[in-house]
Amino acid sequence: MDVNLLAIVFVAILANNIVLSQFLGICPYLGVSNRLETSMGMGMAVIFVMTMSAVVTWVIDTFLLVPFDLIYLRTITFILVIAGLVQLVETVLKKTNPTLFRAMGIYLPLITTNCTILGVALLNVQAGYNIIQTIVYAIATGIGFTLALVIMAGIRERLELANVSSYLRGAAVSLVTAGILSLAFMGFKGMMTL
Amino acid sequence: MDFVLAVVIIGGLGLIIGGFLAYSALRFAVDEDPRVETICDLLPGANCGACGFAGCADYAEKAVKGEVALDCCIPGGKDVCNSISEVMGVESTASADKKIAEVRCVGTNEVARNKFYYQGVPDCKAAMMYGKGFKACQYGCLGLGTCVEVCPFDAMHMGDNGLPVVDAESCTGCGICAKACPRDVIYIVNANRTGKVILCNSKDRGKAVSDVCEVGCIGCKACIKGCPQEAIAVENNLASIDSDKCNDCGECLDFCKRDAMRDVVKIAVG
Repeated sequence: MDVNLLAIVFVAILANNIVLSQFLGICPYLGVSNRLETSMGMGMAVIFVMTMSAVVTWVIDTFLLVPFDLIYLRTITFILVIAGLVQLVETVLKKTNPTLFRAMGIYLPLITTNCTILGVALLNVQAGYNIIQTIVYAIATGIGFTLALVIMAGIRERLELANVSSYLRGAAVSLVTAGILSLAFMGFKGMMTL
Repeated sequence: MDFVLAVVIIGGLGLIIGGFLAYSALRFAVDEDPRVETICDLLPGANCGACGFAGCADYAEKAVKGEVALDCCIPGGKDVCNSISEVMGVESTASADKKIAEVRCVGTNEVARNKFYYQGVPDCKAAMMYGKGFKACQYGCLGLGTCVEVCPFDAMHMGDNGLPVVDAESCTGCGICAKACPRDVIYIVNANRTGKVILCNSKDRGKAVSDVCEVGCIGCKACIKGCPQEAIAVENNLASIDSDKCNDCGECLDFCKRDAMRDVVKIAVG
């Protein structure tokens, strides 16, 4: 399959943003977007894990599941592999690079069973990307996730100071904001498709 | 046949990953010093950051490594420093007296003029965005309670007169309020001091102060002459009293025309 890498980047970040258009990863999107700083940390951890898991799942899919005709086991296999991988990364990171671990450590368990990670792994193999396209798609999707998260965190930090009606305060206003953001990203929709 | 293959491959994959995890858990085991946890338990656990680190756990880790002094915990004070030193097996270096926050403004709603009527978000930082605050005195307390909001020890509350009151018992002197205050009107001072204190923060000239506030210090220097202990100095149009020299005789109160001088609130130190 021949898809322009730049097109993948554009579509993954803007036109088909994983959170705002594809409806994946809503939980961390609302949960970790209280502060700009933590949302950046979460975003970086997601990019890192997403890329690693996409590569590993691509390898397993191409060299194990497809040859043995076990495609119906994709979901369960990917969950197994991703959970194991994240745990491994956490253990290794704790020993070898404590600074990076402190920056990303608390987010890693959160990411383990995150639907964006699994979603990207599945979307990759369904689209039939090769390894280069897989890596580019995973990184771009991670950036798209971080973008959505950081925008949301920026808005929510200001919302905290704003005089929100008591009926809307908390979850309600966050969800309304998320909806409006999603509307805004619809502007990119028609520009490009894969 | 398909069934067996599926079981073998998924089972095998699970075994391999499990094996890897078990191996890496051994290979990459991190030896944590048990003292870190002990010290972490001794610290107040408010994660206020007054020590300059990202929370109590971070400070405990650094303290065990010997990278930092053991008396950095301001809320914990002497007691915590002593017990940490005991855990570490070193002589306590506790010298830090108990600290406390002090609001250096007595410009209540009645005596301090406002520039305009503010009807925005009830938060000092938000209020500062409009013309640098509604209070005519640019040094005075806005009284919207950002300090009350941020205090991790619930040691501040808003008084009826529109100025925050520090609860001397609960205040640990961590300084979070002082950092949060957009007008820098809160100071962290020694809690054991006695005598008089000047509760004004205005560095404006006399005329500018008296235009906006009935009680602010105008820097007239009358109190300097009135102090037999020579404990008072005026700098930047603002008088200050050296609490080491002040013997609480109260002579200065007769000389101050502005009522900016007050007794230090007596603090019960445990």
